[in-house]
Amino acid sequence: MSAVLQSLIDQPYQHGFVTDIESDTVPKGLDESVIRMISLKKNEPAWLLDFRLGAYRHWLTMTEPTWPNVHYPKIDFQDISYYSAPKPKAKLASMDEVDPELLRTFEKLGVPLHERAALAGVAVDVIFDSVSVATTYKKKLAEVGVIFCSFSEAVHEHPELVRRYLGTVIPSADNFYAALNSAVFTDGSFCFIPRGVKCPMELSTYFRINTQESGQFERTLIIAEEGASVSYLEGCTAPRFDTNQLHAAVVELVALDNADIKYSTVQNWYAGDENGLGGIYNFVTKRGLCKGVNSRISWTQVETGSAITWKYPSCILLGDNSVGEFYSVALTNHYQQADTGTKMIHVGRNTRSTIVSKGISAGHSSNSYRGLVKIGPRAEGARNYSQCDSMLIGQQCSASTFPYLQVQNHTAKVEHEATTSRIGEEQLFYFASRGIGNEEAVSMIINGFVKDVFTQLPMEFAVEAGRLLGLKLEGSVG
Amino acid sequence: MSASVGKVLLAVKGLTAAVGGRNVLKGIDLTVRAGEVHAIMGPNGSGKSTFSKVLAGHPVYEVTGGEALFDGVDLLALTPEARARAGFFLGFQYPVEVPGVANAQFLRLAYNTVRGGRGKDELDPLEFDDFVREKMKLLEMDPAFLDRSVNEGFSGGEKKRNEILQMALLEPRLALLDETDSGLDIDALRIVAGGVNHLRSADNAVVLVTHYQRLLNYIVPDFVHVMDGGRIVLTGGKELALELEARGYDWVEEAARSKAARAA
Ligand SMILES: Nc1ncnc2c1ncn2[C@@H]1O[C@H](COP(=O)(O)OP(=O)(O)O)[C@@H](O)[C@H]1O
Ligand SMILES: [Mg+2]
Repeated sequence: MSAVLQSLIDQPYQHGFVTDIESDTVPKGLDESVIRMISLKKNEPAWLLDFRLGAYRHWLTMTEPTWPNVHYPKIDFQDISYYSAPKPKAKLASMDEVDPELLRTFEKLGVPLHERAALAGVAVDVIFDSVSVATTYKKKLAEVGVIFCSFSEAVHEHPELVRRYLGTVIPSADNFYAALNSAVFTDGSFCFIPRGVKCPMELSTYFRINTQESGQFERTLIIAEEGASVSYLEGCTAPRFDTNQLHAAVVELVALDNADIKYSTVQNWYAGDENGLGGIYNFVTKRGLCKGVNSRISWTQVETGSAITWKYPSCILLGDNSVGEFYSVALTNHYQQADTGTKMIHVGRNTRSTIVSKGISAGHSSNSYRGLVKIGPRAEGARNYSQCDSMLIGQQCSASTFPYLQVQNHTAKVEHEATTSRIGEEQLFYFASRGIGNEEAVSMIINGFVKDVFTQLPMEFAVEAGRLLGLKLEGSVG
Repeated sequence: MSASVGKVLLAVKGLTAAVGGRNVLKGIDLTVRAGEVHAIMGPNGSGKSTFSKVLAGHPVYEVTGGEALFDGVDLLALTPEARARAGFFLGFQYPVEVPGVANAQFLRLAYNTVRGGRGKDELDPLEFDDFVREKMKLLEMDPAFLDRSVNEGFSGGEKKRNEILQMALLEPRLALLDETDSGLDIDALRIVAGGVNHLRSADNAVVLVTHYQRLLNYIVPDFVHVMDGGRIVLTGGKELALELEARGYDWVEEAARSKAARAA
């Protein structure tokens, strides 16, 4: 592989600075007293503490999964601090009161001015006359009955809803990391779309970063009632203020009859340096339950960060005629490792699923697609279409696909296609001989490769994701 | 024959190059003037493609000596993309496939980059579509090739037509076509040759690398060179091609040896 091609894909992480803000952190280590303390700090009801303790006790009996195609030193779970939150601050009246460090951080990140205010927890209308982002959106959502708030807030304001759905899609004992998350999660997002409501705007996590604070073990729960629909955007392009390496989130989605949930992620956690030092271990459990008839859950993810990604956004297609979709772009460079994919579990009749996975590997990275399509005995007429494409940049990286198929109903139709291609010197030279430089050539080839996934992203997100891939792939070509 | 009146476009002197530690080009001299057509023939492995790719700037080949001036500019000092923008064009013997990139998009970017560099306005996708369809008509190419991925699944002949389409779009001052005629049936050959002739002018020049005399019936060369063992061992007029076709290459090696002996 030419040095040119390699330097092209080497791009320093731009969000890797540390912000010095006072925070409230508990000592390292995990036992029941830590969990009780977290629950107490968050002033939680007893049932939630029980949920946490149950998960913790189960977690103690579990071992870390070793089946993913990733390699890393054993994690010492006693060497992690399980609670860290910036010191609570009073609601601020103007931008002048905001911690200047925080403002500089937002500036470096390129967050627009009005959003910086919202992020810093300022009531925006105080500063920007009538243009109030936070207030406007909250009011607009409240008018139609949509609840969108931090997980902690939901526990206090809507305990019956949280209690009814929490852990129903991903039981606390589901897997090692889900159990750990269930025991120690600190905050996250809650979203409830009532019957018949089409959420009037795309819900973005940008709006709740200020209340989320610590992102290490976040928990998201989204419920769309009968006929409701929502598009939810999770942007992880901002840095986290915690310095810990482990990120184990849980996301549960529930779609009732005729409901529609679209969940889009652009993930750019710190990936480690070009020698593979540092970086986030991203061990995430995401699952959606298409509980009702004709319901639909669609996952779209663009994964570019993290030292290790272990993530399988899945759909359980329980309701008849329900639809599950998974569109994924996973880019790995240097020594990054990704083992990601999906599970489509067809339970109901005429359930349909689509899987489109695009893996891009560069440097010494390893990129695996792992997917399960399971057609249960009741799933008359179920259909799945899977397409898994890999693109290799250079000679040292690897790509693997592990498609698992379990069909228990003979009326089902399952199709799987896979391709592997390589951006090679010959292609780059071909472009160059037509006047097109290497950077532009790589970006054109990559854009062509990810097109089928990017068209699934909401417009602004697609732009951001495109920019991100560009950043990751552009470099210092003469 | 345009009798050496045009200005010198390409002047190659003593060019040597190596790949994988092996010398493949062993001292090439070639002068091409505006308005001329040159043919380079020679057995497989004699270095024709290497010479073409070295001029285009392929990174795998190491230039170990000599020079190549393009309109007086040191061609070898330019990046491959700068050579293209300066008006040098290589029609590949084996054009690569680029899955996922629409041909139309690729052609437009190439057009805008190369022609834009010469101060022409960039064309937006709609304008370009009209423009490229005209050029495709000339080559009797189905517009469906615009929507397909670059060269992906194209037959050998279709790839070659796509190369000539690129030449038609970029209007190079010097086009070096490496075995563009190989794998073409007689109709395709006529069309491709017609396309090349259409683009010829007193200001540009064409170098054809070919094994076959039949292409030279359509595009009549001013000079025919024979390459062997990384050198141009014989140069003649268009009759030389006929002779090569009739007698093969063995006698050329003989002649070259005796010529070298006479010179010594
Ligand atoms: N990339 C390469 N790596 C190794 N050897 C090469 C490479 N390109 C060309 N060669 C060698 O150089 C010689 C000339 O090849 P080439 O220029 O392709 O000949 P021609 O086009 O006249 O058939 C051959 O011996 C060939 O094997
Ligand atoms: Mg050749």
